[in-house]
Amino acid sequence: MGMSQFRQPARAAASAAMARTCAAAGAVYVGAMLIEGQYDLTTGAGLLACPRCDALHIEEELLSGEVARCVRCNTVLARPREGAFTRIVALSLTQVVLMIAATFFPFLQISRMGFGNDTSLFGVALAFSHGWMIPLTVAVIVFIVALPVMRALLLVYTLMPMAMGRRPARYAAPAFRASEIMRPWSMAEIFIIGTAVALVKVGGLASLHMGPAFWAFCALILVGLASRIYTSSATIWDALEDQGVRTDGREVVPASRAEATSAGRVPAASGGASVGASVGARG
Amino acid sequence: MNRPAAAAAAGHVAGHSSGHAPGHAGGGDVADHAPLLTAHRANLVGCRSCGRVWPSGHEICDRCGATLHPPDRKGLQAVWAWLAAGLICYVPANLMPMLKTETFAGIGASAEATILGGVIELIHYGNYGVAAIVFVASVIVPLIKFGAIAWLAVVAGRPATHEAAHTRLKVFEVIEFIGRWSMIDVFVVAILSALVQLGFVASIHPGPAAVCFALSVAFTMVSAQSFDPRLIWRGLPLRGRKDRTPG
Repeated sequence: MGMSQFRQPARAAASAAMARTCAAAGAVYVGAMLIEGQYDLTTGAGLLACPRCDALHIEEELLSGEVARCVRCNTVLARPREGAFTRIVALSLTQVVLMIAATFFPFLQISRMGFGNDTSLFGVALAFSHGWMIPLTVAVIVFIVALPVMRALLLVYTLMPMAMGRRPARYAAPAFRASEIMRPWSMAEIFIIGTAVALVKVGGLASLHMGPAFWAFCALILVGLASRIYTSSATIWDALEDQGVRTDGREVVPASRAEATSAGRVPAASGGASVGASVGARG
Repeated sequence: MNRPAAAAAAGHVAGHSSGHAPGHAGGGDVADHAPLLTAHRANLVGCRSCGRVWPSGHEICDRCGATLHPPDRKGLQAVWAWLAAGLICYVPANLMPMLKTETFAGIGASAEATILGGVIELIHYGNYGVAAIVFVASVIVPLIKFGAIAWLAVVAGRPATHEAAHTRLKVFEVIEFIGRWSMIDVFVVAILSALVQLGFVASIHPGPAAVCFALSVAFTMVSAQSFDPRLIWRGLPLRGRKDRTPG
Protein backbone atom coordinates (compact mmCIF):
# COMPACT_ATOMS: atom_id res chain seq x y z
CA MET A 1 0.00 0.00 0.00
CA GLY A 2 1.60 3.14 -1.04
CA MET A 3 1.34 6.26 0.89
CA SER A 4 3.25 9.32 0.17
CA GLN A 5 2.23 12.55 1.62
CA PHE A 6 3.59 16.01 1.61
CA ARG A 7 2.55 17.93 4.62
CA GLN A 8 2.19 20.98 2.47
CA PRO A 9 -1.49 21.15 1.52
CA ALA A 10 -0.80 21.77 -2.14
CA ARG A 11 1.10 18.52 -2.42
CA ALA A 12 -1.34 16.34 -0.58
CA ALA A 13 -3.35 15.62 -3.69
CA ALA A 14 -0.91 13.16 -5.12
CA SER A 15 -1.22 10.70 -2.33
CA ALA A 16 -4.80 9.78 -2.92
CA ALA A 17 -4.10 8.77 -6.47
CA MET A 18 -1.11 6.84 -5.31
CA ALA A 19 -2.97 5.03 -2.61
CA ARG A 20 -5.50 3.96 -5.15
CA THR A 21 -2.99 2.74 -7.66
CA CYS A 22 -1.39 0.58 -5.07
CA ALA A 23 -4.57 -0.83 -3.75
CA ALA A 24 -5.51 -1.83 -7.27
CA ALA A 25 -2.20 -3.60 -7.64
CA GLY A 26 -2.86 -5.56 -4.48
CA ALA A 27 0.01 -3.96 -2.69
CA VAL A 28 -0.94 -3.84 0.93
CA TYR A 29 1.10 -4.05 4.03
CA VAL A 30 0.99 -4.99 7.64
CA GLY A 31 0.20 -2.72 10.53
CA ALA A 32 1.94 -3.24 13.82
CA MET A 33 1.12 -1.22 16.87
CA LEU A 34 -1.28 1.34 15.59
CA ILE A 35 -4.66 0.53 14.27
CA GLU A 36 -4.10 -0.63 10.75
CA GLY A 37 -3.48 2.22 8.38
CA GLN A 38 -2.71 4.75 11.06
CA TYR A 39 0.70 6.24 11.27
CA ASP A 40 2.67 8.96 12.93
CA LEU A 41 4.75 11.29 10.83
CA THR A 42 6.73 12.50 13.83
CA THR A 43 7.93 9.14 15.11
CA GLY A 44 7.64 7.07 11.95
CA ALA A 45 5.38 4.51 13.62
CA GLY A 46 3.16 2.66 11.19
CA LEU A 47 5.32 3.70 8.25
CA LEU A 48 7.85 1.91 6.11
CA ALA A 49 10.58 3.46 4.00
CA CYS A 50 11.66 1.74 0.81
CA PRO A 51 15.28 0.68 1.37
CA ARG A 52 16.08 1.51 -2.26
CA CYS A 53 14.52 4.92 -2.71
CA ASP A 54 13.29 6.11 0.70
CA ALA A 55 9.64 6.54 -0.36
CA LEU A 56 7.31 6.33 2.61
CA HIS A 57 4.58 3.71 2.74
CA ILE A 58 1.89 2.95 5.26
CA GLU A 59 2.18 -0.51 6.70
CA GLU A 60 -0.76 -2.78 6.03
CA GLU A 61 -1.49 -6.43 6.45
CA LEU A 62 -0.71 -8.55 3.39
CA LEU A 63 -2.43 -11.75 2.44
CA SER A 64 -0.41 -14.77 1.47
CA GLY A 65 0.58 -14.55 -2.17
CA GLU A 66 0.26 -10.78 -2.36
CA VAL A 67 3.25 -8.69 -3.24
CA ALA A 68 3.91 -5.21 -1.92
CA ARG A 69 6.03 -3.11 -4.24
CA CYS A 70 7.43 0.34 -3.77
CA VAL A 71 5.27 2.92 -5.55
CA ARG A 72 8.31 4.69 -6.89
CA CYS A 73 11.03 2.19 -7.72
CA ASN A 74 9.01 -1.04 -7.80
CA THR A 75 11.29 -2.81 -5.34
CA VAL A 76 9.54 -5.70 -3.64
CA LEU A 77 8.81 -4.60 -0.09
CA ALA A 78 7.16 -7.79 1.11
CA ARG A 79 5.97 -11.07 -0.30
CA PRO A 80 4.50 -13.33 2.33
CA ARG A 81 3.70 -16.93 1.45
CA GLU A 82 1.62 -19.52 3.16
CA GLY A 83 3.76 -21.80 5.30
CA ALA A 84 6.95 -20.06 4.20
CA PHE A 85 8.64 -20.23 7.60
CA THR A 86 8.14 -23.97 7.96
CA ARG A 87 9.51 -24.52 4.47
CA ILE A 88 12.53 -22.31 4.99
CA VAL A 89 13.33 -24.18 8.21
CA ALA A 90 13.01 -27.54 6.48
CA LEU A 91 15.08 -26.45 3.49
CA SER A 92 17.74 -24.91 5.74
CA LEU A 93 18.10 -28.13 7.73
CA THR A 94 18.40 -29.99 4.43
CA GLN A 95 21.17 -27.64 3.42
CA VAL A 96 23.10 -28.36 6.59
CA VAL A 97 22.84 -32.12 6.08
CA LEU A 98 23.89 -31.84 2.45
CA MET A 99 26.81 -29.62 3.37
CA ILE A 100 28.04 -32.19 5.88
CA ALA A 101 27.90 -34.81 3.13
CA ALA A 102 29.58 -32.46 0.67
CA THR A 103 32.40 -31.78 3.10
CA PHE A 104 33.32 -35.31 4.05
CA PHE A 105 32.72 -37.38 0.91
CA PRO A 106 35.17 -37.28 -1.99
CA PHE A 107 34.44 -34.36 -4.27
CA LEU A 108 36.24 -35.04 -7.55
CA GLN A 109 38.59 -37.72 -8.81
CA ILE A 110 40.93 -37.46 -11.73
CA SER A 111 43.15 -40.01 -13.42
CA ARG A 112 45.57 -40.00 -16.32
CA MET A 113 48.28 -42.45 -17.39
CA GLY A 114 48.15 -44.39 -14.16
CA PHE A 115 48.41 -41.31 -12.02
CA GLY A 116 45.38 -40.42 -10.02
CA ASN A 117 44.32 -37.79 -7.58
CA ASP A 118 41.20 -37.03 -5.66
CA THR A 119 40.13 -34.07 -3.66
CA SER A 120 37.52 -33.16 -1.10
CA LEU A 121 35.95 -29.76 -0.61
CA PHE A 122 38.60 -28.96 1.99
CA GLY A 123 41.25 -30.10 -0.45
CA VAL A 124 40.02 -27.43 -2.82
CA ALA A 125 40.34 -24.73 -0.19
CA LEU A 126 43.74 -26.04 0.85
CA ALA A 127 45.02 -25.42 -2.67
CA PHE A 128 46.00 -21.97 -1.45
CA SER A 129 47.78 -23.17 1.66
CA HIS A 130 51.25 -22.20 0.52
CA GLY A 131 52.90 -19.44 2.48
CA TRP A 132 51.28 -16.07 2.14
CA MET A 133 48.20 -17.38 0.33
CA ILE A 134 46.86 -19.00 3.51
CA PRO A 135 44.31 -16.24 4.16
CA LEU A 136 42.70 -17.11 0.83
CA THR A 137 42.30 -20.71 2.03
CA VAL A 138 40.41 -19.42 5.02
CA ALA A 139 38.32 -17.13 2.80
CA VAL A 140 37.41 -19.96 0.43
CA ILE A 141 36.33 -22.22 3.31
CA VAL A 142 34.29 -19.36 4.75
CA PHE A 143 32.63 -18.53 1.41
CA ILE A 144 31.68 -22.02 0.32
CA VAL A 145 31.22 -23.98 3.57
CA ALA A 146 31.05 -21.86 6.71
CA LEU A 147 28.75 -19.06 5.61
CA PRO A 148 26.14 -21.24 3.86
CA VAL A 149 25.96 -23.45 6.97
CA MET A 150 25.88 -20.47 9.33
CA ARG A 151 23.12 -18.82 7.33
CA ALA A 152 21.05 -21.98 7.32
CA LEU A 153 21.46 -22.41 11.08
CA LEU A 154 20.66 -18.76 11.78
CA LEU A 155 17.49 -19.01 9.70
CA VAL A 156 16.47 -22.12 11.60
CA TYR A 157 17.12 -20.32 14.89
CA THR A 158 15.10 -17.30 13.75
CA LEU A 159 12.16 -19.05 12.15
CA MET A 160 11.78 -22.40 13.90
CA PRO A 161 9.92 -21.05 16.96
CA MET A 162 7.62 -18.94 14.78
CA ALA A 163 6.99 -21.86 12.43
CA MET A 164 5.84 -23.81 15.49
CA GLY A 165 3.62 -20.95 16.61
CA ARG A 166 5.75 -19.82 19.54
CA ARG A 167 7.45 -16.55 20.37
CA PRO A 168 10.71 -15.97 18.51
CA ALA A 169 13.95 -16.87 20.27
CA ARG A 170 15.63 -14.20 22.32
CA TYR A 171 18.30 -13.23 19.81
CA ALA A 172 16.18 -13.83 16.73
CA ALA A 173 16.55 -10.26 15.45
CA PRO A 174 20.37 -10.11 15.58
CA ALA A 175 20.50 -13.64 14.21
CA PHE A 176 18.37 -12.77 11.22
CA ARG A 177 20.28 -9.58 10.60
CA ALA A 178 23.55 -11.52 10.64
CA SER A 179 22.15 -13.94 8.10
CA GLU A 180 21.15 -11.01 5.87
CA ILE A 181 24.64 -9.53 6.08
CA MET A 182 26.14 -12.90 5.18
CA ARG A 183 23.94 -13.41 2.17
CA PRO A 184 26.12 -11.86 -0.53
CA TRP A 185 29.20 -13.58 0.88
CA SER A 186 27.72 -17.04 0.87
CA MET A 187 28.97 -18.31 -2.48
CA ALA A 188 28.07 -21.96 -2.74
CA GLU A 189 26.27 -21.54 -6.06
CA ILE A 190 29.19 -19.63 -7.53
CA PHE A 191 31.52 -22.38 -6.45
CA ILE A 192 29.53 -25.05 -8.27
CA ILE A 193 29.60 -23.04 -11.51
CA GLY A 194 33.33 -22.63 -10.97
CA THR A 195 33.56 -26.39 -10.67
CA ALA A 196 31.80 -26.76 -14.00
CA VAL A 197 34.27 -24.39 -15.65
CA ALA A 198 37.22 -26.24 -14.11
CA LEU A 199 35.85 -29.58 -15.27
CA VAL A 200 35.60 -28.33 -18.82
CA LYS A 201 39.18 -27.12 -18.63
CA VAL A 202 40.46 -30.44 -17.29
CA GLY A 203 38.18 -32.57 -19.44
CA GLY A 204 40.64 -32.91 -22.29
CA LEU A 205 43.58 -33.58 -20.02
CA ALA A 206 42.37 -36.47 -17.93
CA SER A 207 39.39 -38.60 -17.10
CA LEU A 208 37.14 -37.34 -14.36
CA HIS A 209 34.88 -38.88 -11.81
CA MET A 210 32.44 -36.89 -9.75
CA GLY A 211 32.19 -38.09 -6.18
CA PRO A 212 29.11 -38.06 -3.92
CA ALA A 213 30.15 -34.70 -2.52
CA PHE A 214 29.81 -33.15 -5.95
CA TRP A 215 26.21 -34.31 -6.28
CA ALA A 216 25.46 -33.33 -2.69
CA PHE A 217 26.74 -29.87 -3.49
CA CYS A 218 24.58 -29.63 -6.61
CA ALA A 219 21.54 -30.64 -4.55
CA LEU A 220 22.55 -28.03 -1.98
CA ILE A 221 22.36 -25.31 -4.60
CA LEU A 222 18.88 -26.34 -5.70
CA VAL A 223 17.66 -26.48 -2.10
CA GLY A 224 19.18 -23.06 -1.48
CA LEU A 225 17.36 -21.61 -4.49
CA ALA A 226 14.07 -23.11 -3.32
CA SER A 227 14.63 -21.61 0.11
CA ARG A 228 15.34 -18.20 -1.36
CA ILE A 229 12.04 -18.20 -3.23
CA TYR A 230 10.22 -18.35 0.09
CA THR A 231 12.37 -15.80 1.86
CA SER A 232 11.08 -12.25 2.10
CA SER A 233 13.15 -10.37 4.62
CA ALA A 234 10.57 -7.62 5.16
CA THR A 235 7.98 -10.27 5.98
CA ILE A 236 10.32 -11.94 8.43
CA TRP A 237 11.12 -8.63 10.12
CA ASP A 238 7.47 -7.89 10.40
CA ALA A 239 6.71 -11.31 11.85
CA LEU A 240 9.54 -10.93 14.36
CA GLU A 241 8.17 -7.58 15.42
CA ASP A 242 4.55 -8.66 15.57
CA GLN A 243 5.36 -11.77 17.54
CA GLY A 244 7.25 -10.29 20.36
CA VAL A 245 10.74 -9.07 19.59
CA ARG A 246 11.04 -5.95 21.65
CA THR A 247 11.29 -2.69 19.79
CA ASP A 248 9.97 0.39 21.52
CA GLY A 249 6.42 -0.67 22.12
CA ARG A 250 5.34 -0.52 18.50
CA GLU A 251 4.71 -4.23 18.38
CA VAL A 252 1.23 -4.13 19.89
CA VAL A 253 -1.12 -6.28 17.86
CA PRO A 254 -3.52 -4.19 15.79
CA ALA A 255 -7.20 -4.18 16.61
CA SER A 256 -8.17 -6.23 13.61
CA ARG A 257 -5.89 -9.01 14.71
CA ALA A 258 -6.36 -8.80 18.45
CA GLU A 259 -9.53 -10.81 18.10
CA ALA A 260 -7.81 -13.56 16.19
CA THR A 261 -5.43 -15.92 17.93
CA SER A 262 -2.28 -14.16 18.92
CA ALA A 263 -0.09 -16.76 17.26
CA GLY A 264 -1.85 -16.61 13.91
CA ARG A 265 -0.26 -14.70 11.06
CA VAL A 266 -2.77 -12.84 8.98
CA PRO A 267 -6.40 -13.66 9.57
CA ALA A 268 -7.90 -14.37 6.20
CA ALA A 269 -10.81 -12.00 6.67
CA SER A 270 -9.01 -8.85 7.73
CA GLY A 271 -6.49 -8.08 5.01
CA GLY A 272 -8.49 -7.44 1.88
CA ALA A 273 -11.51 -5.95 3.54
CA SER A 274 -9.70 -3.50 5.76
CA VAL A 275 -7.49 -2.39 2.94
CA GLY A 276 -10.43 -1.44 0.85
CA ALA A 277 -11.94 0.35 3.80
CA SER A 278 -8.84 2.29 4.67
CA VAL A 279 -8.21 3.36 1.11
CA GLY A 280 -11.77 4.43 0.74
CA ALA A 281 -11.63 6.50 3.88
CA ARG A 282 -8.46 8.19 2.85
CA GLY A 283 -9.18 8.74 -0.79
CA MET B 1 1.30 7.13 23.80
CA ASN B 2 1.67 7.24 20.07
CA ARG B 3 -1.92 6.73 19.33
CA PRO B 4 -3.37 10.23 19.64
CA ALA B 5 -0.60 11.74 17.60
CA ALA B 6 -1.08 9.12 14.91
CA ALA B 7 -4.76 9.73 14.75
CA ALA B 8 -4.15 13.44 14.37
CA ALA B 9 -1.68 12.88 11.55
CA ALA B 10 -4.07 10.58 9.76
CA GLY B 11 -6.85 13.10 10.06
CA HIS B 12 -4.64 15.81 8.71
CA VAL B 13 -3.74 13.73 5.73
CA ALA B 14 -7.24 12.54 5.03
CA GLY B 15 -8.53 16.09 5.05
CA HIS B 16 -6.18 17.25 2.37
CA SER B 17 -6.47 14.15 0.31
CA SER B 18 -10.18 14.24 0.02
CA GLY B 19 -10.02 17.85 -1.00
CA HIS B 20 -7.71 17.29 -3.93
CA ALA B 21 -8.18 13.70 -4.90
CA PRO B 22 -10.80 13.94 -7.66
CA GLY B 23 -8.48 15.60 -10.10
CA HIS B 24 -5.96 12.85 -9.82
CA ALA B 25 -7.95 9.77 -9.10
CA GLY B 26 -8.35 8.65 -12.69
CA GLY B 27 -4.77 8.53 -13.90
CA GLY B 28 -2.91 5.43 -12.86
CA ASP B 29 0.50 6.64 -13.93
CA VAL B 30 -0.01 10.02 -12.37
CA ALA B 31 1.28 8.29 -9.28
CA ASP B 32 4.51 7.34 -10.94
CA HIS B 33 5.45 10.91 -11.68
CA ALA B 34 3.85 12.59 -8.73
CA PRO B 35 6.09 14.03 -6.06
CA LEU B 36 6.52 11.63 -3.22
CA LEU B 37 7.06 12.01 0.44
CA THR B 38 10.28 10.28 1.35
CA ALA B 39 11.38 9.50 4.87
CA HIS B 40 14.12 12.08 4.47
CA ARG B 41 11.74 14.85 3.41
CA ALA B 42 9.45 14.02 6.32
CA ASN B 43 12.39 14.53 8.66
CA LEU B 44 12.49 10.82 9.37
CA VAL B 45 15.13 8.24 8.66
CA GLY B 46 14.40 4.86 7.11
CA CYS B 47 16.35 1.71 7.93
CA ARG B 48 18.09 0.32 4.87
CA SER B 49 18.13 -3.13 6.38
CA CYS B 50 14.50 -3.64 7.42
CA GLY B 51 12.57 -0.57 6.24
CA ARG B 52 11.39 0.58 9.68
CA VAL B 53 11.11 4.36 9.98
CA TRP B 54 12.57 6.37 12.87
CA PRO B 55 12.73 10.04 13.81
CA SER B 56 15.64 11.87 12.28
CA GLY B 57 18.68 11.61 14.51
CA HIS B 58 17.88 8.11 15.69
CA GLU B 59 21.11 6.19 15.29
CA ILE B 60 20.35 2.49 15.51
CA CYS B 61 17.26 0.73 14.23
CA ASP B 62 15.55 -0.74 17.27
CA ARG B 63 13.96 -3.47 15.21
CA CYS B 64 16.93 -4.98 13.38
CA GLY B 65 19.94 -3.34 15.00
CA ALA B 66 21.35 -1.78 11.83
CA THR B 67 22.99 1.62 11.93
CA LEU B 68 20.77 4.32 10.47
CA HIS B 69 22.15 6.77 7.94
CA PRO B 70 20.37 9.65 6.26
CA PRO B 71 20.74 9.49 2.49
CA ASP B 72 23.52 12.01 2.03
CA ARG B 73 26.63 12.08 -0.10
CA LYS B 74 28.95 11.53 2.85
CA GLY B 75 28.59 7.79 2.36
CA LEU B 76 30.08 8.10 -1.12
CA GLN B 77 33.56 8.46 0.36
CA ALA B 78 33.42 4.83 1.41
CA VAL B 79 32.29 3.86 -2.09
CA TRP B 80 35.26 5.65 -3.66
CA ALA B 81 37.72 4.25 -1.13
CA TRP B 82 36.68 0.64 -1.62
CA LEU B 83 36.51 1.12 -5.36
CA ALA B 84 40.08 2.45 -5.40
CA ALA B 85 41.21 -0.54 -3.34
CA GLY B 86 39.48 -2.86 -5.81
CA LEU B 87 41.12 -1.16 -8.78
CA ILE B 88 44.56 -1.29 -7.19
CA CYS B 89 44.23 -5.02 -6.59
CA TYR B 90 42.91 -5.56 -10.09
CA VAL B 91 46.18 -4.44 -11.70
CA PRO B 92 48.45 -7.15 -10.25
CA ALA B 93 45.59 -9.61 -10.68
CA ASN B 94 46.03 -9.19 -14.41
CA LEU B 95 49.80 -8.85 -14.58
CA MET B 96 50.77 -11.74 -12.33
CA PRO B 97 50.17 -15.39 -13.15
CA MET B 98 46.90 -16.94 -12.09
CA LEU B 99 48.04 -20.52 -12.66
CA LYS B 100 51.38 -22.25 -12.83
CA THR B 101 51.22 -25.41 -14.91
CA GLU B 102 53.90 -28.07 -15.04
CA THR B 103 53.51 -30.81 -17.60
CA PHE B 104 55.35 -33.93 -18.75
CA ALA B 105 57.92 -34.29 -16.04
CA GLY B 106 59.14 -30.78 -16.49
CA ILE B 107 60.52 -31.56 -19.94
CA GLY B 108 57.50 -30.25 -21.77
CA ALA B 109 56.72 -26.95 -20.30
CA SER B 110 56.30 -25.06 -17.11
CA ALA B 111 53.88 -22.36 -18.01
CA GLU B 112 52.56 -19.45 -16.05
CA ALA B 113 49.26 -18.19 -17.29
CA THR B 114 47.71 -14.83 -16.60
CA ILE B 115 43.95 -14.34 -16.95
CA LEU B 116 44.25 -13.17 -20.53
CA GLY B 117 46.84 -15.87 -21.25
CA GLY B 118 44.36 -18.49 -20.07
CA VAL B 119 41.69 -17.12 -22.38
CA ILE B 120 44.07 -17.20 -25.35
CA GLU B 121 45.02 -20.77 -24.50
CA LEU B 122 41.37 -21.81 -24.40
CA ILE B 123 40.82 -20.26 -27.83
CA HIS B 124 43.90 -22.13 -29.00
CA TYR B 125 42.36 -25.43 -27.97
CA GLY B 126 39.08 -24.56 -29.64
CA ASN B 127 37.07 -24.10 -26.46
CA TYR B 128 35.48 -20.92 -27.73
CA GLY B 129 32.48 -21.14 -25.44
CA VAL B 130 34.53 -21.50 -22.28
CA ALA B 131 36.98 -18.88 -23.50
CA ALA B 132 34.12 -16.44 -23.96
CA ILE B 133 32.73 -17.20 -20.50
CA VAL B 134 36.09 -16.73 -18.80
CA PHE B 135 36.85 -13.59 -20.79
CA VAL B 136 33.50 -12.01 -19.99
CA ALA B 137 33.54 -13.10 -16.34
CA SER B 138 37.08 -12.12 -15.47
CA VAL B 139 37.87 -9.21 -17.77
CA ILE B 140 34.74 -7.55 -19.12
CA VAL B 141 32.59 -7.83 -15.99
CA PRO B 142 35.16 -6.40 -13.53
CA LEU B 143 35.84 -3.47 -15.86
CA ILE B 144 32.14 -2.76 -16.30
CA LYS B 145 31.71 -2.98 -12.53
CA PHE B 146 34.41 -0.40 -11.87
CA GLY B 147 33.00 1.92 -14.49
CA ALA B 148 29.41 1.53 -13.35
CA ILE B 149 30.12 2.11 -9.66
CA ALA B 150 32.19 5.16 -10.46
CA TRP B 151 29.43 6.50 -12.69
CA LEU B 152 26.77 5.91 -10.02
CA ALA B 153 28.89 7.65 -7.42
CA VAL B 154 29.45 10.62 -9.71
CA VAL B 155 25.82 11.11 -10.69
CA ALA B 156 24.36 10.31 -7.26
CA GLY B 157 22.33 13.20 -5.97
CA ARG B 158 22.42 15.07 -9.27
CA PRO B 159 19.14 16.08 -10.84
CA ALA B 160 17.54 13.25 -12.72
CA THR B 161 14.34 12.49 -14.53
CA HIS B 162 12.31 9.53 -13.38
CA GLU B 163 13.52 7.51 -16.34
CA ALA B 164 17.13 8.28 -15.51
CA ALA B 165 16.58 7.33 -11.89
CA HIS B 166 15.08 4.01 -12.90
CA THR B 167 18.04 3.36 -15.18
CA ARG B 168 20.47 4.13 -12.38
CA LEU B 169 18.67 1.82 -9.99
CA LYS B 170 18.70 -0.92 -12.64
CA VAL B 171 22.45 -0.46 -13.10
CA PHE B 172 22.95 -0.60 -9.35
CA GLU B 173 20.94 -3.79 -9.04
CA VAL B 174 22.83 -5.46 -11.86
CA ILE B 175 26.17 -4.50 -10.30
CA GLU B 176 25.04 -5.70 -6.90
CA PHE B 177 23.89 -9.01 -8.35
CA ILE B 178 26.85 -9.64 -10.59
CA GLY B 179 29.65 -8.61 -8.23
CA ARG B 180 29.96 -11.84 -6.31
CA TRP B 181 29.98 -13.95 -9.47
CA SER B 182 33.45 -12.70 -10.32
CA MET B 183 34.73 -14.88 -7.50
CA ILE B 184 34.24 -17.78 -9.88
CA ASP B 185 37.81 -17.37 -11.18
CA VAL B 186 39.28 -17.86 -7.75
CA PHE B 187 37.26 -21.02 -7.29
CA VAL B 188 38.33 -22.35 -10.69
CA VAL B 189 41.96 -21.84 -9.74
CA ALA B 190 41.38 -23.57 -6.40
CA ILE B 191 39.67 -26.55 -7.98
CA LEU B 192 42.26 -26.94 -10.71
CA SER B 193 45.13 -26.68 -8.24
CA ALA B 194 43.59 -29.18 -5.86
CA LEU B 195 42.62 -31.60 -8.57
CA VAL B 196 45.43 -31.58 -11.09
CA GLN B 197 48.25 -32.97 -8.99
CA LEU B 198 49.30 -35.85 -11.23
CA GLY B 199 52.95 -36.08 -10.37
CA PHE B 200 54.93 -36.44 -13.58
CA VAL B 201 52.00 -35.99 -15.91
CA ALA B 202 50.83 -32.55 -14.94
CA SER B 203 50.39 -30.38 -11.95
CA ILE B 204 48.83 -26.99 -11.45
CA HIS B 205 49.60 -24.50 -8.70
CA PRO B 206 47.87 -21.24 -7.90
CA GLY B 207 49.65 -18.00 -8.72
CA PRO B 208 49.68 -14.78 -6.74
CA ALA B 209 47.11 -13.23 -9.06
CA ALA B 210 44.45 -15.43 -7.47
CA VAL B 211 44.82 -13.60 -4.17
CA CYS B 212 44.82 -10.18 -5.82
CA PHE B 213 41.78 -11.09 -7.87
CA ALA B 214 39.89 -12.33 -4.80
CA LEU B 215 40.71 -9.11 -2.96
CA SER B 216 39.68 -7.02 -5.94
CA VAL B 217 36.32 -8.78 -6.15
CA ALA B 218 35.74 -8.49 -2.40
CA PHE B 219 36.62 -4.77 -2.33
CA THR B 220 34.37 -4.09 -5.28
CA MET B 221 31.53 -5.93 -3.56
CA VAL B 222 31.98 -3.80 -0.45
CA SER B 223 32.12 -0.70 -2.62
CA ALA B 224 28.79 -1.57 -4.25
CA GLN B 225 27.30 -2.37 -0.86
CA SER B 226 28.43 1.01 0.49
CA PHE B 227 26.56 2.82 -2.25
CA ASP B 228 23.26 4.09 -0.96
CA PRO B 229 20.68 3.69 -3.75
CA ARG B 230 18.45 6.25 -2.03
CA LEU B 231 20.84 8.89 -3.36
CA ILE B 232 19.73 8.04 -6.87
CA TRP B 233 16.32 9.46 -6.12
CA ARG B 234 17.38 12.58 -4.33
CA GLY B 235 18.04 14.54 -7.49
CA LEU B 236 14.52 14.26 -8.84
CA PRO B 237 12.90 17.46 -10.11
CA LEU B 238 11.32 18.41 -6.83
CA ARG B 239 14.72 18.82 -5.34
CA GLY B 240 14.95 22.56 -5.74
CA ARG B 241 11.82 23.12 -3.73
CA LYS B 242 12.44 21.69 -0.31
CA ASP B 243 14.68 18.72 -0.51
CA ARG B 244 16.95 19.40 2.38
CA THR B 245 15.16 19.24 5.64
CA PRO B 246 16.37 21.69 8.24
CA GLY B 247 18.97 20.26 10.58
